Formats: sequence, structure tokens, C-alpha cells
Amino acid sequence: MKDNRSIVVRHVSKTFTLRYHRTIKEMSVAMMRQQELADSFLAVDDVSFNVQQGESIGLMGLNGSGKSTLLKMINGIMRPDSGKVLTRGRTAGLIATGAGFHPQLTGRDNVYLNAAILGMSEAETRRKFDAIVEFADIGRFLDSPVGHYSSGMFARLGFAVAIHVDADIFLADEVLAVGDRPFKRKCLAKMQEIRESGTTLFYVSHAAGSVRRMCDRVLVLEKGRLMFDGDVNEGIKFLHYDDDEENALDTEDEMDEEMGADI
Amino acid sequence: MATETPAPLRTVQAPLTPPWSQQGLLEVFRHRYILGLLVRREIAARYQGSVLGLVWSYINPLTQFFIYYFVMGILFGRANRVQDFAIHVFAGLIIVHFFIETMNAGTRSIVRNKSLVQKMAVPREMFPVASMLVSLFHVFPQVIILVIATTIAGWKPDPMGMVIGVIGLLISMTLGTALALMFSAANVFLRDVSNAVNVLTNFVRFGVPMMYPYTLVAIRFHGHTDLYLLNPIVEAVLAFQRAFWVGATSNPARAAALDMPPHLFWLCIRALLISLAVLAIAQSTFSRLERRIPERLL
Repeated sequence: MKDNRSIVVRHVSKTFTLRYHRTIKEMSVAMMRQQELADSFLAVDDVSFNVQQGESIGLMGLNGSGKSTLLKMINGIMRPDSGKVLTRGRTAGLIATGAGFHPQLTGRDNVYLNAAILGMSEAETRRKFDAIVEFADIGRFLDSPVGHYSSGMFARLGFAVAIHVDADIFLADEVLAVGDRPFKRKCLAKMQEIRESGTTLFYVSHAAGSVRRMCDRVLVLEKGRLMFDGDVNEGIKFLHYDDDEENALDTEDEMDEEMGADI
Repeated sequence: MATETPAPLRTVQAPLTPPWSQQGLLEVFRHRYILGLLVRREIAARYQGSVLGLVWSYINPLTQFFIYYFVMGILFGRANRVQDFAIHVFAGLIIVHFFIETMNAGTRSIVRNKSLVQKMAVPREMFPVASMLVSLFHVFPQVIILVIATTIAGWKPDPMGMVIGVIGLLISMTLGTALALMFSAANVFLRDVSNAVNVLTNFVRFGVPMMYPYTLVAIRFHGHTDLYLLNPIVEAVLAFQRAFWVGATSNPARAAALDMPPHLFWLCIRALLISLAVLAIAQSTFSRLERRIPERLL
């Protein structure tokens, strides 16, 4: 059978060093007091999983459980200390909102730069430019420096660029935390579209409702370790995120409220 | 065997690869489009909000040329001993200024672009290389001013001088990129590096035959200039003087024999090879440090 794995994560660990003292003065004082000079902690601890092309994964876990670190390693921003990360094809997505915009540049220039970094050629960007601007819906602010944008506009533009890349893997981390309700709805619809096109989706969220809607598999991280890998509902139950969910979140309004918990 | 998984909607032909870039500087040349955007962005940002804009990149070297002409040439009377001394200084200054700019801006390049470095997977060699290209961009207005000055002084360009001049520029580009690479990564871990680089630039200014002729060094050290000439930037400066200043003097052959070291061409080739070796070392240092850059950028 043909290998159709999209993401391979094998025994991946990542340690962060916490530095307490940075100057010589601080360091010598600490040494005299026999304090630790540095401490390390394991952000991601021996995590392994495979993702098939076209799967839609919800990555869940409490704050500080290593979700973003794992995502950064899949995106190639960080490298694991040990273990292997392999991806197939073009990866796009948002690691936190407003990824890598330069505040002095105009929205237009930032779109080109951001698209280039996400792997789009100049011609491709030009072709999709109108669609991107329309999706971001920032109007006449397009030609003013993004430093003047509101945080919502900033995030919208970033998301608009990322979502228009023809990626094979799409990573989304807390993208829905910023942006008003209509925009969130638009994003979810667009992500659904991406998912249906066969793109591998990797979605980080605290919102059980949107994970249930978007994903067909859930990974739960707890203190850097992969504690659960499987069915969406069981994953949410595993996290006890379903405790206050007696009344089903079916209507749109309740969905939105649920998404508000993203923040 | 029963296949329980439905046929995938999309099959990606690309192989499974690590998501980060692995080829260092080569990767930068594969991403020329991004590099171009970064360079343009940097140039645009530098003159943002200024009325004169790019004109400043002419005004600055022009005023420097006049300052050196008056202070060195007329006030210190160097002009009597070295012909066209202002051109001698200015030719050297272009190289020194380019090199220092590359080193300074390059050292800060990764820290300054941390929003990009932390959120997107770009080959990080891109940033110091972009700094070098931005500095290089500012070399051209200076060369234009230099050419105007030398032409007024009665410049007779010669092919060998041009070849050596180009090698001189290549030396400073290579060595500048190498140091920018090394210091940019080191600066992420210790911000002391950018201060140390500032100190280093002082040595560069006075460690090259810019404000004094090479002959002076040869005379003072009784011809033992081997160590002095080991510094590739010395050759780069001499190369630029050979290209522009020698031809402007009244007797180029005499100026070349008197104020240039013998076998300058081969010295320049050696300096270029030294710079390339430093670049290789810088790249391997960078690759080693790079792994921990995103987490240390706060």
C-alpha cells in the first residue's frame, strides 16, 4: 500500500532552558548562594504519532502542555532535541495570530512578504491578492502600515494570507481567538473547505465545540506527553471539557460563545 | 485484506522531509524572491518618513569625502606627501564603511526580525545576507561619487585595476557575510555581542591603510607586513585604492610601486580564499547555534 502519511512525529522531545540569571553580577551572586544557575523543563516529552494525508486533527490540552511547541516543530520553526519530525508537501498556517508582520510595512507589502515566506511565488500571490484582501476585509487600510491596524485587523490579514496558500498541511493555532463573530464564522467555513479539499488539518483549540465540528481525531497533550490519541468525543471527555456541556451546543450562537473560550 | 480507510482525496507527490531548511546559505539562494523582498523592505524602512529619502545615501558619502579632503588633506597636510589623498581615503572608506555596516546591521538582523524568526519557517541565514545586500546597495552611490572625483583628478582606468577592485569588493562581501552570520546567531544568546562588534569596528577603521598610506606601515615595520596583510580587509581596501586612486595620480606606475604591496593580485586572491574559509566556519557555527535561536529570542 502506498505510504500516504502526511506528518510523522517519532519520539520527539524538546527541552527548554530557563535562565534565572543573565548578567555576570547576577550569576556570581547566585553562585555564592549556591543557587541553580539554570533550570530546564521538558516541553514535549517523547511524543509519537502519524497523520495520514487528509486527516483532520484536533490538538488539545491545558495551557502549557506543549501544544504550540509541538506545532512549531511540525512547522519547522523549532527543531526537536531528539526524535524525528517529517512532513510531506507544503505547510502553511498560523502559529499565533498575525504571523510575522512587519509593522512599518503596508498591508500590501506584508501580504507579499508573508505569502513568499509561506512558499507562494510572486505570480501566485498576484493571482490570489484580491481574494486575500477581500477575505481580510480591511478596506482602505490596505496601504497603510500594519502597525496602525487594530489587533483584529492584524490577525485577519494574517489569516487571510495563510488560508489562501495551496498547502498540503494546514496548521491553525488559536486563530479564532481574535476577530469578531462574522470573521470567526467565515474562518471556520474556510477551514471546513480546506479540510474537504484533502488538506491535512492540524487544529489547536480549547473549544470542544469547534473541535468536534472540525476534526475527526483528537490528540491530547498533558505536560508534554501524549496522553490520548483517538476519537474526538472520547478525547474531549478525557480532558473533562464536556463537564458543562449537558445542554447540547447546537445553535450557532452557542457555538460562538463556546469559541469565545478560545481567548 | 479489507481496506477500511477510504481512498484519500489528495495524494501528495512530495517526499517526507524534515520541515526545516538544512542547506544553510544554499537555501538562501534558492529563496531569491524572499531575499529580494526582505532587502527591498529593509531599504524602504530605512528611509521611511524622510523627505529626501534615497538622496541621503549620496549626501552622506559626499560630505564624508569633503570632510576627509579638508581635515586630512589640507589641515594635516597629508595631501603634500600622498597625491590625491582625499581619493585615497575615500576609496578605502567605501570598503570600510560597507564592511562595518554589514557587520553591525548583520549582527542585529536576527534579533530585529524576531517576529518573523519565531513564527515562520524561513532559512535564518536570510537575515544577515539581506543586511549585507542592503549595505551593498549603498555602495553604488558612493562609487559614483568616487568615480566623479577621480575623473576630475584625471583618472586613467586600467583593466587590471578594475579586476583587482572587483576582487576587493568580493572579499569584503564574503568576510562581511561571514562575520554577520556568526555574530547574528551569537547575538541572540548574548546581547553583549553587538557591543563587542562596535569595539571591533574601531579596529577595522584604523587597522587598514585608509587614513595612512600602506608605505607608512612598510617603513615603520621595516617591510615585515606579513601579519598586517593577513587581514583580508587590508587587501580589500588596497584593491579599491589600486582600482581608483592609483589611476588618478599623475604617475600611476610610480604610485603603484610605492604605495601598494608587491604582488597585490595574488594577495587579493589569498585574502578571498581566507574570507571563504571564514565563511565556511561561520556557516557551521551558525548551523549549530541556529537550533536554539527561536526559543532564546525573547
